[in-house]
Amino acid sequence: MTDTVISILFSGAAFATVLYLISVGLSITMGLLGIANLAHGAFAMAGGYIAFALVNRLGVNFFAALLVAAVAVAAISVVLERLIYRPVYDAGELEQVLLSMGLIFASIAIAHFAFGPLPLAVNVPASLQGQVDIGWRSFPAYRLFLIAFGLCVFVTLWFAIERTALGARIRAAVDNRAMAEGVGINTRVLFTVVFALGSALAAVGGALGSEVVALTPFYPLEYLVYFLIVVSIGGLGSVSGPALAALLLGFGDSACKILIPEFGAFFIYVAIFLVLLVRPNGLFGRAQS
Amino acid sequence: MSLQDARNAAVEKLLSRRRLSPLELLPWVIALGVYFFLPQYLTLGSQILIMVLFALSLDITLGYAGVIILGHAAFYGMGAYTAGLLAVHGWGDPLIGLVAAAIAAAILGLVSGIVILRTTGLALLMLGMAVALILYEAANRLHDITGGFDGLRGMTIQPIFGYFDFDFFGKTAFLYCLAVLFLAWLFVRQVVISPFGRSLVGIQENADRMAAIGTPVARRKLIAFVLSAAIAGIAGALSAQINQFVSLSVFSFELSGTVLVMLVLGGAGRLYGAFVGAPLYMIAQDQFAKGDPVYWLFWLGILLIAVVLFARGGILGVVDAVRETIGRRLTGRVAVAAADTKSSAGS
Repeated sequence: MTDTVISILFSGAAFATVLYLISVGLSITMGLLGIANLAHGAFAMAGGYIAFALVNRLGVNFFAALLVAAVAVAAISVVLERLIYRPVYDAGELEQVLLSMGLIFASIAIAHFAFGPLPLAVNVPASLQGQVDIGWRSFPAYRLFLIAFGLCVFVTLWFAIERTALGARIRAAVDNRAMAEGVGINTRVLFTVVFALGSALAAVGGALGSEVVALTPFYPLEYLVYFLIVVSIGGLGSVSGPALAALLLGFGDSACKILIPEFGAFFIYVAIFLVLLVRPNGLFGRAQS
Repeated sequence: MSLQDARNAAVEKLLSRRRLSPLELLPWVIALGVYFFLPQYLTLGSQILIMVLFALSLDITLGYAGVIILGHAAFYGMGAYTAGLLAVHGWGDPLIGLVAAAIAAAILGLVSGIVILRTTGLALLMLGMAVALILYEAANRLHDITGGFDGLRGMTIQPIFGYFDFDFFGKTAFLYCLAVLFLAWLFVRQVVISPFGRSLVGIQENADRMAAIGTPVARRKLIAFVLSAAIAGIAGALSAQINQFVSLSVFSFELSGTVLVMLVLGGAGRLYGAFVGAPLYMIAQDQFAKGDPVYWLFWLGILLIAVVLFARGGILGVVDAVRETIGRRLTGRVAVAAADTKSSAGS
């Protein structure tokens, strides 16, 4: 019994970390400009595949590959933001949904063409392989590292948003964009910065998480629902909301998979449905739009 | 132009929508042409007609009421499973199947609509998806009833009116789909040109103002949603009866996305977007996706991006814009000519 609970909590936390890394950027960009960017998962997939190519094919160091993937995806995302997203900022939600669906389709095809249809995972470095014994039970070292990494990112982001000038600007723009612009904050530049950072984090999430969530060309579509759940339950424009939502979803998902596998994600979806019904802005939302 | 003239012009514009223009008969002429001259394409043709009907149903909510729903497949699937289960258990009359499917999908639309139409933005997108996802998981779980992942098989579909049997070449199936689509088109056309349909457009453009002039916004949206769900259910039922098979993919996100893409490629909110978009999509997919479906996905993605960036109204939007430009040039010339005559007469 205890064993089941511990394994639910542990695998749930690992999954939650991946979801958090990928979704937090989406939450903040959506909160900033209200863009319904469904294609955010494509950045995570791109990061994962870049790291895969570097580590598994070229033998680059794991952590160097993570860095390269993050920078490369951030650069790609800035180009896409300028060329493709900017014209639809002021268009309706439908245009944004369609545009991001187009990006998802194109990214699936490119990934399929470059890496084939089979699920792939980035090789874990030797230093993180094996099990770690922490007294009464041993855990896979890599997943412990993953969870610790997620915690570090969360603390860093929380600090950056709550305690720095850049964070204050972001919070101001999320709460009231017109007013933020009125006091001289350049929200467009701010948005580009946040978009790039969010995409870089997603890339890291995709690369680090490939051991938990395997890379396939259909990644952006398959996990889209999960990313959107984290964002919509967590509330837009927040750092801690998506963390809590990701943890809830991670625990819920692994509990469902371990305890009642025959039901699939049925109860997750029903729970989301009920939560959004009562709180359309999410459980932990701070942006009251 | 005086106020009276402006009012007359507006009334004239509204009335002109009621008149049937010859162009509106084009889809039916083409469909009959396919039936008589291209019999080898009847199977594909029936699938196209079903998707046209499905996209037409989405047009009511998306194009007219302006509700962005990413889970329209829920209603299609509901109709498909309703008609399919009826046929498996001995009620194989196709028309009863259609009616039952429409009712089942309408009830689902009513229940889910009451709930999800209260929200907007991201929550609305999510809830729309959630409805289809929940049904997908439920249908997968209830494999004793639905066949689960293997799909629903073993239907016996009786002849239509007890007389027209479904033949091997798909002739009856094609005409059956065509007749159902025709009736649905007449109905939807009547709905969107009615004051009710106009009020939906008003709600899409400015819901607050419509509420201020006394339109029951929430109720109108819900009615549109239920109508749309019922028609989607009929489309699903047609698909189940003609293919004599229902798979879980009727609830899939891919299907919801596909029908959205078809409608938007053709042009949403124009009644004929479905008639343009769905055939083009299906024919292109049939041609290009045979060899390499992923290649097709790539170009579909690029096409979607291009439509959003350069052609918001879809194909019909582009056609309208071109016609308007030509029309303006012509009337401009006439006006200039008239002004010339006037000034020369005056001098």
